[in-house]
Amino acid sequence: MKWARVMAIVFLLGVSGACLLANFIAPASYAHQFREVPDASPSRQHLLGTDDLGRDRFSRVLYGTRVSLSLAPAAALLSSLLAAFIGGIAGFAGGRVERWVMAGTDLFLSLPWLFLLITVRALLPLNVSPIVSVLITFAMLGCLGWAGAARIICADARALSQSDFILLARASGSNGLRLLWRHLVPNLKPVLYAQFWISVPVFILTEANLGILGLGVAEPLPSWGSLLRELEGFSTVTGQVWRLVPLILFIAVVSSFHLVLTKEELIV
Amino acid sequence: MAAFWNASRRDIHTLSALPKLAAKILITVVIGGFLGATLVRLAPGFGVDEEELDARLSSQSLQALRATRANDGNLFVFYFHYLDRLLHGDLGKSRTLQRPVLQLVAERLPETLKSVALGLALGWSGGFLLAVAIVMSRAWYLDLLGSLLVGVLLCLPAAVLALLFLLAQAPSRLLLGLVVFPKIFRYSRNLLARSSALPHVLTARAKGLGNMRVLAWHILPTAAPQLLALLGVTVSVAFAAAIPVEALCDLPGIGQLAWKAALGRDVALLVNLTMIVTLITLVANSASDMVGKTFRVSEA
Repeated sequence: MKWARVMAIVFLLGVSGACLLANFIAPASYAHQFREVPDASPSRQHLLGTDDLGRDRFSRVLYGTRVSLSLAPAAALLSSLLAAFIGGIAGFAGGRVERWVMAGTDLFLSLPWLFLLITVRALLPLNVSPIVSVLITFAMLGCLGWAGAARIICADARALSQSDFILLARASGSNGLRLLWRHLVPNLKPVLYAQFWISVPVFILTEANLGILGLGVAEPLPSWGSLLRELEGFSTVTGQVWRLVPLILFIAVVSSFHLVLTKEELIV
Repeated sequence: MAAFWNASRRDIHTLSALPKLAAKILITVVIGGFLGATLVRLAPGFGVDEEELDARLSSQSLQALRATRANDGNLFVFYFHYLDRLLHGDLGKSRTLQRPVLQLVAERLPETLKSVALGLALGWSGGFLLAVAIVMSRAWYLDLLGSLLVGVLLCLPAAVLALLFLLAQAPSRLLLGLVVFPKIFRYSRNLLARSSALPHVLTARAKGLGNMRVLAWHILPTAAPQLLALLGVTVSVAFAAAIPVEALCDLPGIGQLAWKAALGRDVALLVNLTMIVTLITLVANSASDMVGKTFRVSEA
């Protein structure tokens, strides 16, 4: 499956590159309304037509993909760092610290993910600027998504802290912090890397769910959640197949992440 | 005799684990309740009563109204009152719907339970049977087809599946089955494939045992504890997916209620719903865990 992984990486790089250059590639701003052509079919001016408000769909797909593809990895990085800190300390300290920290983690894991997310989202203001809503959505995903990874990292840290090379380092006079930083963290890198890659598609999917429910990124800023929400007005009778492009791109990107992380899982 | 011994060991194990599990669930619910109560206290609008805006109320009446809420100023006192009300079956009142939470839950929980039960039944029968068919037949084309289908389904959020179901005018009750199906299929296939490669299974095959016999006597008993653990996890997955499915397909369950509460920022209702779903998933996880452990003991 090496070729599939290479293809997935190339595809992800291509999509990321196109999104980063959205300012140059996109024919219009994501919020600009062409009021004379709402809900238009694809044309030379509007490659994927326009939405109900007359906004260029191709531009919105580019900007929306940029939002989701840049912030989902950021949220995954945040949750991986939190998991590394909590799980690493618990596994390295062992004993009572580990038991208490893992009990807290279990409590966190027993709360249903989407229920917890919408509860926390309900606590935060809904009438905020689109940029703040993006940051709130992804920061929330990052802050709440650490528990599963922390369990795995704790188990790994525990196994490592009982290994021969750590014993040797201890015998050579390395103290706690040095042991943690010089010996434990470098050896936890593969599992952290895998957890990061596992979290990215999970966060993309969750943001899409929240966005479709109207609890994600605020309009007019597009994200995959708001782009997929357009499917609500889709009808097979109209036969506007170009409206399915965001969905197809979404499936392709998420499955590419799955293909990439399969290799990482094998490494771990 | 051996069967009797195994059965009694199993019973003893199950009984001794019960108080521990019950205590674990109770502690989780109490701590979860405290966190929930903290969230309710932090929620915007807490402590503001619409009755205070009633111009007909005298200043004494307003003072009396404020005095009734003065006790809730302290978080721990508030939590004590919250627990007290909880023990008396009072989950509070929904701010947006202006109805007791217990009444709302009693009305809507059966609908969600029905959808979740149907979804789990469909997801498990589809996912598990397909995994068994692939592992036992070892047909590459079946494996490829199954993997492709599951790969696509895993890339679709539950909300998109709900929209596609609406578009196809398919019965939305089947939707939760489609959400849990790929997870069950992927995990079961890997587990059964690993179990079928174990030396004792290979020996059984070499001795000429039929496929069904190998599956029933050698593969399934090895994989059963993990499969039972997966059952508990899928309950949680199905409840989480109930939010977008019920909200978009207009099914009057607790998922739709949670969505409405989130849009209306009705944190009290949301926290109670989260607690109820947590309790259900905890019981399901603990039960599947316990049955799985019993299996391990009897296997040993």
